[in-house]
Amino acid sequence: MEQDIILKMKEANLLGRGGALFPTWMKWDGVKKQEGKKIYIIANGSEGEPAVFKDEHILKNHPKEFIEGIKIALETFSGSEAIIYLNHIYFDKYKKNLEKYSDGSKITYFRKTARYIAGDETALMSHIEGKRDEPRSKPPYPAESGLYGLPTLVNNIETYYRISEIASDKYTGKIFYSISGDVKQKGVFDLPVSLSIEEVLKTTGSYPNFEFFIQYGGGAAGAIYLPNELKAPILGAASIIIYNRKKTDLFKLMERWATFYAAENCDKCTPCRESSNRILEMVRKRKLDIENLRELFLVLENTSFCPLGRGMSVPYKTLIDKVMKS
Amino acid sequence: MIEFNIFINGQEYKAKEGDKVLEVAKKFDIYIPALCYHCDLIPHESCRLCMVEVEGDKNLRASCSLLVKPGMRVHTNTPLIEQTLKINLELIFAQHEGKCETCKRKTNCKLLELVQEKHFVASGKYSNRKSNHPKYQFGPSISFDPSKCINCENCSEICAMQTNGGYLRPREGKYNFEVSPSLAHDHDCIYCGQCIAHCPVGALSEAEDYPKVQKLLKNNNKKVVFQFAPAIRTSIGEEFGMAPGEVVTRKIFSALKKLGAYKVFDTSFAADVTIMEESEELIQKVLNGDNEVMFSSCCPAWVKYVEFYEPSFIKNLTSVRSPQIILGGLIKNYWAKKERIKPKDIVVVSIMPCTAKKFEITRRELKIDGINPVDFIITTREFAKLLKESDINLKEIENIESDMEIMGTFTGAGEIFGASGGVLEAAIRTTYSKLTGKSLENLEFKQIHEFRGIKELELSINGKKLSFAAVSGIENVKEILRRIKDNPTRYNCVEVMACPGGCISGGGQPLPTDNEIRKARSNGLYQADRDNKHRESHKNPDIIKLYDEFLCKKEIRHKICHTSFKKRNKGKLSVLK
Repeated sequence: MEQDIILKMKEANLLGRGGALFPTWMKWDGVKKQEGKKIYIIANGSEGEPAVFKDEHILKNHPKEFIEGIKIALETFSGSEAIIYLNHIYFDKYKKNLEKYSDGSKITYFRKTARYIAGDETALMSHIEGKRDEPRSKPPYPAESGLYGLPTLVNNIETYYRISEIASDKYTGKIFYSISGDVKQKGVFDLPVSLSIEEVLKTTGSYPNFEFFIQYGGGAAGAIYLPNELKAPILGAASIIIYNRKKTDLFKLMERWATFYAAENCDKCTPCRESSNRILEMVRKRKLDIENLRELFLVLENTSFCPLGRGMSVPYKTLIDKVMKS
Repeated sequence: MIEFNIFINGQEYKAKEGDKVLEVAKKFDIYIPALCYHCDLIPHESCRLCMVEVEGDKNLRASCSLLVKPGMRVHTNTPLIEQTLKINLELIFAQHEGKCETCKRKTNCKLLELVQEKHFVASGKYSNRKSNHPKYQFGPSISFDPSKCINCENCSEICAMQTNGGYLRPREGKYNFEVSPSLAHDHDCIYCGQCIAHCPVGALSEAEDYPKVQKLLKNNNKKVVFQFAPAIRTSIGEEFGMAPGEVVTRKIFSALKKLGAYKVFDTSFAADVTIMEESEELIQKVLNGDNEVMFSSCCPAWVKYVEFYEPSFIKNLTSVRSPQIILGGLIKNYWAKKERIKPKDIVVVSIMPCTAKKFEITRRELKIDGINPVDFIITTREFAKLLKESDINLKEIENIESDMEIMGTFTGAGEIFGASGGVLEAAIRTTYSKLTGKSLENLEFKQIHEFRGIKELELSINGKKLSFAAVSGIENVKEILRRIKDNPTRYNCVEVMACPGGCISGGGQPLPTDNEIRKARSNGLYQADRDNKHRESHKNPDIIKLYDEFLCKKEIRHKICHTSFKKRNKGKLSVLK
């Protein structure tokens, strides 16, 4: 089984469930090539993005399958040991129960105390090493030189869950959707990857009967979509937030994003550190200088060090273009 | 080594595997603005000003860490690069308090240079988010103004290398981090000033003493006597548009005279005294069969490092005072008598490449009959300001010789003190001669002249094999200490300098510094040695005279030339409004 798990992932076209949608088999293949050295396997349970809570759903409801996925990794890579990296809330809530399944395996737990950016796979390594939680330059990629300079495999909690499904031939191409906002029932839903946003909303009974827009892809980094755009397929973090157009204070919404980014980024690079501060200043004054914002977006998108900064403009841009202008 | 071609702005250039695009561009004089880059540090890629476009890549890339690939096509001047550069520059400029006119570092600020090069004018649309920030001073040596900090973390990175664990550290705030001095009892500043040398803006600078010296020069009741360190002579020229490494010793004499100095001494003279004493200590140690290491102690940052971080090695420090302290003692106790001047009427000012020297002169144990040997330390940069503010142009000034009748002759052995390995080489010259009765056939040791952090040398003297090392940069010192902990008799004598390459790249030296500049300054000192007709400390006629007349008595020698060290607690951190 261990031999062909990578092939099975490839055939199943499993994409990383942390939001970056990188083919999981390629990560595993890269680490496999490093065998002979000590290998670190990390389960990333930082889940720091607002309105994404599907990892908690797994920790709560499917601990056995999740741990099974990690055990498969431990078996696949000789000389490996695993670290389950959990944000402090999940760590305090779920570690005890998880240990029932992980005891006896080479699995340890790390309590994440750093901010959102420490969910990035390289910033996470810095955090574990006791350094400032800043993302690192790639190359070297974690597969070659990750935690403590050793080959490291980092996958999201859900990814391990899906791997355990693949290993036992139960994988049917599903993904966990986190749905929240102005809905009757906030929740996590296990549905096919192939659905459009509209289909997800309808299947789950969340399709609003009022004027609305949604944020898709996370409560900070996600883009704003209007009802007529919901035929789009699912990409990135499977999180949908529904906003009641009439009840939503757009400046308050932007201030939430801006506060989140100003506090949760690492502040290492100029465009991200400074733009997050300047955007927060601006939305607090409740007055947008569109020309100035465009400048900030330009440097964010083109010169930021990591994806957090490069994607920071998305929610503002789409909200301004789609909702504020209409 | 694999070589191949890359294209920058359509032109083909040779590069080799492992090169970074920024380095290749620099080599071929292609301008890429780079603010936070420093050759000593792994690129942190934080300023985002050195961005380039690579054909086939979606995002702009930071050239400081971008590895070359065969046939890669890079562009440094596209409209997008120009546009983003301007915006990021403004963001950086706006996050720091841009009081350039009164800034101590207005002549060596990389940000200001960039702003001028790019004809950038602040739009004023951003408010200053760092006003009314408290300022700090570390001991008597270093000023830190966080309101001018641009969060590049160069200082905290070099500080982590220069100390155990780092004194300057990023401290997390609600929205931003701020580099701050550590309040932990087990972290302290060693005053090396490398944070200043790696700060691209004006957040870090020396605590300036030159205005006090300026005032004293106008006071007729005081005789202001100057001395200047070996390492100054090949670096101060840079402040006046001369090439790094140009030897300007005789211009310094003349500039100081013009400035109003009562007398000018060359610290190299006292370096010879240090060598006389150190080689004596080493010889006694070896003859007594004591094979434990003896460390040099003329670098005050290294001494502070030992006293604070590695007190178990205090016993291994040579008790010999540093040259400038010895010279101060000689000026006030030997020369003053000859001149019939009261010691208290003399003000000794040392021009040093170093910020830690400001701390060294505050050590109480150095007082002689209650009087400090040295009264003020000014750095090379402060000296340049002193000259410029008196309209003295070092480049244009004539050369003069020292007019001293005593303590005026200095040797090449003393002059090379400024380069890592120089103290060791000078000590070996004299030790060899004292033990064998004859001079070394070749006074120079190529392996010690090399530009490396750790240099080792084994030498057989009178059939006894002696092992030496010269180490610079505390990161390398840590490695040497590890080796010695493993094997306490591995070295007989180790010269330690806290700054990379030695005093030539001290925390008080002209900026910028990089390895090319450091090499040029070192080579300048080695050339000065070759050009000096006296190259061995014990053969310096003025040294012979000094030992005949004054240092012949053991108590006097002890008082003037030796000191003691002790475990030290955390130093003073002043918070200034």
